[in-house]
Amino acid sequence: MSALAEVFDACQAEGRVPLVGYLPVGYPDVPTSLAAMRVLVEAGCDIVEIGPPYSDPVLDGPVIQHAAAKALEGGVKVDDAFAAVRAVAEAGAVPVVMSYANLMLQRGWSRFAADLKAAGGAGVITPDLTPDAAPEWVEAAREEGVDTIFLVAPSTTRERMRLTCDASTGFVYATPLMGVTGERAALGDAAQRVVSEARAAGAARVCIGVGVSTGAQATEIAGFADGVIVGTAFVRALGDEGDLERLRAKVTELAEGVRAAR
Amino acid sequence: MTGSLQEAPGPYFGEFGGRFVPEALMAALDELTDAYDKARIDPEFTRELERLAREYTGRPSIITEVPRFAAHCGGARVLLKREDLNHTGSHKINNVLGQALLTKRLGKSRVIAETGAGQHGVATATAAALMGLECVIYMGEEDTERQSLNVARMRLLGAEVIPVATGTRTLRDAINEAFRDWVANVETTNYVFGTAAGPHPFPAMVRDFQRVISVESRAQMLELGGLPDAVLACVGGGSNAIGSFDAFLDDAGVRLIGCEAAGDGVETGRHAATLTGGRPGILHGSMSYILQDEDGQTQPSHSISAGLDYPGVGPEHTWLSSIGRAEYWPVTDAEAMEAFRLLTRTEGILPAIESAHALAGAIRLGRELGPGSTLLVTLSGRGDKDVEQAARWFEMLPEGEGDA
Repeated sequence: MSALAEVFDACQAEGRVPLVGYLPVGYPDVPTSLAAMRVLVEAGCDIVEIGPPYSDPVLDGPVIQHAAAKALEGGVKVDDAFAAVRAVAEAGAVPVVMSYANLMLQRGWSRFAADLKAAGGAGVITPDLTPDAAPEWVEAAREEGVDTIFLVAPSTTRERMRLTCDASTGFVYATPLMGVTGERAALGDAAQRVVSEARAAGAARVCIGVGVSTGAQATEIAGFADGVIVGTAFVRALGDEGDLERLRAKVTELAEGVRAAR
Repeated sequence: MTGSLQEAPGPYFGEFGGRFVPEALMAALDELTDAYDKARIDPEFTRELERLAREYTGRPSIITEVPRFAAHCGGARVLLKREDLNHTGSHKINNVLGQALLTKRLGKSRVIAETGAGQHGVATATAAALMGLECVIYMGEEDTERQSLNVARMRLLGAEVIPVATGTRTLRDAINEAFRDWVANVETTNYVFGTAAGPHPFPAMVRDFQRVISVESRAQMLELGGLPDAVLACVGGGSNAIGSFDAFLDDAGVRLIGCEAAGDGVETGRHAATLTGGRPGILHGSMSYILQDEDGQTQPSHSISAGLDYPGVGPEHTWLSSIGRAEYWPVTDAEAMEAFRLLTRTEGILPAIESAHALAGAIRLGRELGPGSTLLVTLSGRGDKDVEQAARWFEMLPEGEGDA
């Protein structure tokens, strides 16, 4: 059983869904970002999603764009993401990586999967790589036993929903709204629709990401999804000054939100 | 006609091209591909596009022989394909009219576009005004500064121009921002992509809309006595070049030469010569060559010409380079500006700085081939937008205004 399957089952045994927290490595600097990821684990994230910053993040909104740019200015390397994977695993949560495709391609699909595995990572979320675009990646990940986590959106057709859910292992990453990462006021119906469409296409676990920023939203989403993913709200709380206590407070709010569901 | 290299359909050109985009855009790209596949074989669509080309753009564009310029090209005969004479001043209008017509077919009411030098933005704003579409143009902040005249033109045409202040504040960041807009507004919005790069169907579709350049020029050359020894065009993303090459691809005796922006020189690292100094990678939705560091982070490009200042290149060019059918030469800022000066002084034609890179390639090739050779150069745009920058380069501005 994969590490992701185990954590979903363990949360289910507690009568709740997992909280997934995203942070870019290297923001505001590499040591602080690793400390911030440990805070995520301590304050209640079950899965930590580590983002190696990329120069052209087309699916990210202003907050994460800013963080990525600052991290790159500080000289962060893709290697640092694997160090972060180790740190998260040691802290006791399940690490996954969210990476834009070119960073994976330049390392080599197989080497990326092998390095992730060696560091103790469970899977990779690919925001600009769909299963039909890179069969080489899917093959390399299967060989290493690394989960391939693909995204689905409200615009995803029924045919593509099936293709994507078939190729996803670990979980399916559903975005409830069309648009880049960032906080949104209302998620409700659209989120519920995309979750049920993914389930109808055969997805075993569907997590909702993009737009979740408050405890109340987490409670709402946890009522029908298999996991809640929070990124921008955590990056904003950490901020340029690397405020770990403000981050801890935000994570605690979301963790309580997830636990308040049902 | 098996074995023809013309009109390659995509999504892959050899191992380059494809579609590397967020899932959220897949449905829109499928819809666009489908609409385009239907439109291209619909006589009504092609008739309307041809009518616009004739009555609005002013096609066919003429061929001008430039003997006084050619005197500096080793005695070669030099002819220019005059895309600079098109309405709006460059080849960009050829593509934009096609994509704007497609937008209407898709039932969408809003277009977005990226622009570097501003020529594609101006062309898109023009087509939007003509067809009654809402229009938003993304332009890197640095480019809005060096091409302020075109910003005003777009605004006069009714477009909203959004300066992009992230990253390197140039074309590449404008494309990122346009993709973000598209993801959020895909139901009402069509992305009118300006160059023969990006995810499928853009490389093949933009090439098809620009192909008119070489279809005309090939016939015009035959009428003038025969095919040229070489066709030269500047390459940023590569839309005028691919349009200038396509109808000649099966003419083995015609050399095809794309002139990339070498900025301060490829060896300095301050350049935009992607096929000369880059390596394979994924950027803006397709697999091609890009300028990147070891990790795969895109490197900032540099060129005096905003339209060529891009760290990627269209996948079909990468393919043509890999199979040896086309050559790609680096041309520095200084070489391009010398060619700019020469054409202006000897022929009274003010080229866009982008197009001046192709003229510089012709000077080099003419000196190599000598008398008896014939070179066809695509003059992709006119230089009105570049007057201030050129005047600064040649230190022709009045005292106190020339320092920047």
